[in-house]
Formats: sequence, structure tokens, C-alpha cells
Amino acid sequence: MARARKWDWTAILLMSPSFAIFLALLVLPIIVVLVLSFGERAEAGGYEAAFTLAQYANLPARWAAFRNTLSLAPTGTILCLLAAYPLAYFLAVKASPRSKLLLLILVIVPFWTSFLIRTYAWIFILGGKGIPALLDWVGIPDVRLINTPFAVLLGIVYAYLPLMVFPIFVSLEKLDKRLLEASEDLGASPWATFRQVTLPLSAPGVATGCMLVFILLMGEYLIPALLGGGKVFFIGNALVDLFLQSRNWPFGSAVAVSLVAIMLVTVTLYLRLTLNRRGFRDQSMV
Amino acid sequence: MSQNNSATAESAFDVEFRSVVKHFADVKAVDDVSFGLRQGSFHSFLGPSGCGKTTSLRLIAGFEQPDSGAVEIAGQSVVGVPAHKRPVNMVFQHYALFPHMDVAANVGYGLRQRKPRPDDAEIGKRVAEALELVRLPQLARRRIWELSGGQQQRVALARALINRPTVLLLDEPLAALDRKLRREMQIELQNLQREVGITFVLVTHDQEEALSMSDTIGIMRDGKIVQFGTPEELYDAPVNRYVADFVGESNFFSGAVASCDERGAVITTASGLTLAAPLSRLGGRLQPGSTGTIAVRPEVIGLWNKAAAPQGLDVARPARLLNRIYLGDHSEFQVEAEGLGSVLVRLPKHSTAGQALEPGDEVVLGWERSKALALADI
Repeated sequence: MARARKWDWTAILLMSPSFAIFLALLVLPIIVVLVLSFGERAEAGGYEAAFTLAQYANLPARWAAFRNTLSLAPTGTILCLLAAYPLAYFLAVKASPRSKLLLLILVIVPFWTSFLIRTYAWIFILGGKGIPALLDWVGIPDVRLINTPFAVLLGIVYAYLPLMVFPIFVSLEKLDKRLLEASEDLGASPWATFRQVTLPLSAPGVATGCMLVFILLMGEYLIPALLGGGKVFFIGNALVDLFLQSRNWPFGSAVAVSLVAIMLVTVTLYLRLTLNRRGFRDQSMV
Repeated sequence: MSQNNSATAESAFDVEFRSVVKHFADVKAVDDVSFGLRQGSFHSFLGPSGCGKTTSLRLIAGFEQPDSGAVEIAGQSVVGVPAHKRPVNMVFQHYALFPHMDVAANVGYGLRQRKPRPDDAEIGKRVAEALELVRLPQLARRRIWELSGGQQQRVALARALINRPTVLLLDEPLAALDRKLRREMQIELQNLQREVGITFVLVTHDQEEALSMSDTIGIMRDGKIVQFGTPEELYDAPVNRYVADFVGESNFFSGAVASCDERGAVITTASGLTLAAPLSRLGGRLQPGSTGTIAVRPEVIGLWNKAAAPQGLDVARPARLLNRIYLGDHSEFQVEAEGLGSVLVRLPKHSTAGQALEPGDEVVLGWERSKALALADI
């Protein structure tokens, strides 16, 4: 890869648009946010130049948002994985080639409607006139579903399932089915085969899926806003509140910088952990 | 075509099929197949793709269950028994080695599935023995993709043998190897089979492979066993044209059966030629009026310059030499013979007749009637 030492003008020309976008829309804003986070809130809201760590010292005030994000994002990722793996396994291993395509389309179909509309639908299903009314009718009164962590997790699994299903599906689909027969032939029960062959060989898909879902979940805003009401809120919701309602830009920036820092640390740790595992690395390189 | 006599010698068979039928949708993959494989023998199923040989193997392995009929391993019915509970191991066509494990872990896989699981020292010892057996002791810690095709083949063998199965199944195990390596592995497989004394069942479409390694061969077509016998029987006494065509090479001259008795049959070809030959020992009589074939092996036919042809040949036809293919220790001649069409003749290197002939020469070909075979044309 590192063979082209001299300037390759074609490559530079081809890369420049994406580089410009990257610079203007990602690098510069991050620098702006970083600078803001060391400032002070102006009297009427907004930003006043300063250099203080006061905003960072104030972070515990938004402890609830961090706690929710850092507990519900990993939980949501794990729930997604638990729901997606059997589905992906069925699609890749058990389904007949004909039904496979149909089922894959069914997994994608929800993407054809607006995510907002689909989440609104959940508000009605979980709200007072939805499932709680049904439960009340069969004799289980006073169940509250909407605006609970449960509702948020449900929304997360519902929204992010396809994102988890596809990488796992691809890795299971690539899996040579004769390996499963070989394992069975050597005396392994179906469960032992799954544990020793299927699962390790689909680990790259699992790792990719978890990563995708987790990163997006850390910045999630819509699901907690709609299904969590004012009660279960993520860092994303706190940011909207700080920037748009209380107009405390420096504090909002400090929260945003902390989120980026947390992400950097967790994702790096995660990559270290998964890539260092012998076998997994070999597999993903093949 | 059933060759088994299970009533008298049941325990002598390591694998036995009785009237086994297996359908896939409306295709009969295995159609009323019966046979018994003697303990410690090397058996091959030979046939073109789609003849049912692989399905037969998968029925023994337990990857398929028969629709009807009995499948027995070492005298025990295994119908309904899943693959992981059968005393049978398989070497897969493309080896199916586990890519996420090294050589030793692959070879030891079967032992680790045992209940109770042998301790690590025991597994290590057995893995080393198995690798010793296939002559790869130094590669235990290698990754699978670091191995050559021949090495992968040996690892697959070691992995399949480590559980000391009653029967070892081999599904086209040498198909992916080049010709020279294939010859080596054929000899090695045969030696290995004698060394471990396990019944080997090989599936192949390569007749040379089957002939050189097997004690018995089952030739299959359309889900049925056409002939079951030793390589010599198949070569010298094929039951019909199909077997003669599959085992070795033959020239076939077919036509209407004019007459047939216990000594032989007479066939009239479309060109009006009358040819006679003895019946195949295992082939049975031909029906007069049906189509029959006279099969003549290329090495049985003699070829002479027109002037030098000997007198008194049983069959002699004028012909023209079309092509000569030099193959080292022997040469093949393509000849266009009057009334017979294109004929293949094989002469040894030092045959005096063969050396003087050049393409375009007018020649005479001939053979002894007793060395040809009259076969049913099916």
C-alpha cells in the first residue's frame, strides 16, 4: 500500500472533494466545539471567550444523561445482538435460497417508511390506549410502558436490528457449510458445533454489527426523545437542551467533547480486545 | 443387482445396505441399493456425477437418512442415528478443515467431542500419533492456509482417523491434487488402510483411482449399482457396455444380436458386418433381436502394414491410419476401419509392427475373437 512515494496528482484530485467535506464538516466543527468548551456562557446565552475548566467541573450536573447513555447504549447493543443473531442464523443457514431473498427484503422493508413515523407508531402502541389498555382489559391494571427505559430499549432494538442482522448474516453466509458437517461427523452435537465452529467463524460479523450499533446508539437522540419522554434521556437529548433551550453553549460543548472522548476510549478498547484475539484476526484477514 | 448374502455372514460386513432408497424431490438419488462391505476392505463407488455415489456415502455418514431400506454399520442398524453418533468419519472433498484452528486443534477436534473428554495430555499424545501416521509431525502449530494441498489432505486424514472409526469415508479426496501427488497419495492411502485395518469407502469418478486402490468397486448409474466386484472382475468380465466403458477403455461395435448361445453371441453391425465374441462371464445372455455390443480393448487389437498382415486372424479389416500418439512406453493409433468406423489401438513401444506405421498408411487391423466380449448395449 505504501509504494507511491511521489505526488500522485490523480489521487489528490480524486480525494480533494471528500477531504474538503471532511475538513469543513467534521474537523473544523470539532475544533470549534473544543474551543467553546473552555469558554463561558454569555449573559444572554451563547459564548463568551475565556479559558476555564469550569464547564468540565460542572459535568456531574448532567450525570443522569451520561448514566442513561452509558448503560442503555451497551444494553441496547447486547439486546440487538441477541435478537439479531438467531434471525441472521436462520436467514443464512436454515432458510431455503428462495425464501432467503424474501425474508431479507422483509428485514429491509421498514426502512422504506420514515423512521419518525415508525417511532410515532410505537408511541401509540406503548401509550395509554395501546398495550397497557389491553393489559388492563385482561386484568393487569396500571402498567406504564411509554417513557420508561423499557420503551427506549424496545425502540432501539426495533430501529437498529437490521444494522446488526446484516453483518452477522454476511459472515454466516460466507461460512462454509461443509465445516458444520465436518464438525458433526467428528462427533460434535449441533450445540457443540455451534459453539466451536459457527460462533467463532461469525465473530467478525458480530464485532462489526456491535460496533456499528454501539457508535450510533451513543449519539442517539430521537428514540429517547420520543419513547423516553422527558424521563429517559441520552447525552444527545442533553445537548439539544443545552444548546437550544438554555443556550449554554460552553457547557454543551464540554458535554459533547466528553462524549467524543468516551467514544474514543471505548471504541479503541473494543478494537484492541476483538482484534487481539487470535483466530479472530486471522479470520478477518482471510 | 444385488451381490450380498447377508443371511449367512452378517457380522462380516462393516457396512451393509439392504434395498436402500433415497429421493431428493422427485429424483431417485439412490434406488433400491443393496451391498455389503467386508471388514477391513477398501471399497470404491465409481460413477459419473449424479449417479448416487456421494448420496450413498452421505447415507453411511448420517448426513442423509434413507426413505426406506436398512443401513447397518458393524451389524447395527443406524437408520435414524445422527452423524455425530455414528462410528464413522469422513475426509471431505475440499477437506473442510477448520480455518480458525491450527493443525493440532483440527486433528484433535474429534477427541475433544468425546464424553468424557480425554485430558489434554492424552489428546496431545494422540494428536502427535495421528500426525506421525500421516507423516506431518512437524506441522502441528501451523495454520491451515499455510499448508499445501497435499498437506491439507493429510491433516484431513489424520483428523478423520483419530477417533479410530469403524469406517472411514473418503469423498473424492484426491480430486484437488495434481497428477503426480495424486499417484503418491493413492499409494499412501492404500498403505495407510492396511496399517490401520479400518474399512475405507471411497467415492470417485476417476476409474484409475478406483482400480488401483480398491478391493471391491461398485459401479453406479442413476442411483443403482450396475456391477459390484473386484477390479479384475470389472475389467475382465463387465456385465454390460456401461461398465466396460467406465472401467478402462474399449472399442465398441454395436448392432443387432443375430444369435446367442452359452459360448457367445453374433452381432450384425449397421454397416452389415458380422462380428462374434464370447459372452462376458458375468454379463448373461443377449436377447436375439435386441442391440448388443462387441467390446474390444485397444491393447487386444493388432495393427499391421497391409503387405505384412498375418493370415488366419479371427477378425481382420482393412483400414487407414489416421493418427499416432506417442505416449512414452506405448503408442496409441487412431484408425479408420472399413465397416467399423474409428478404432483405437494401443501398441507397446517395442512392437515391431507399430514402429513402421505412419499416418495415412493403408493397414490391416485384427484381433482374436476370444479376446473380445459380447455385451448388452445398456
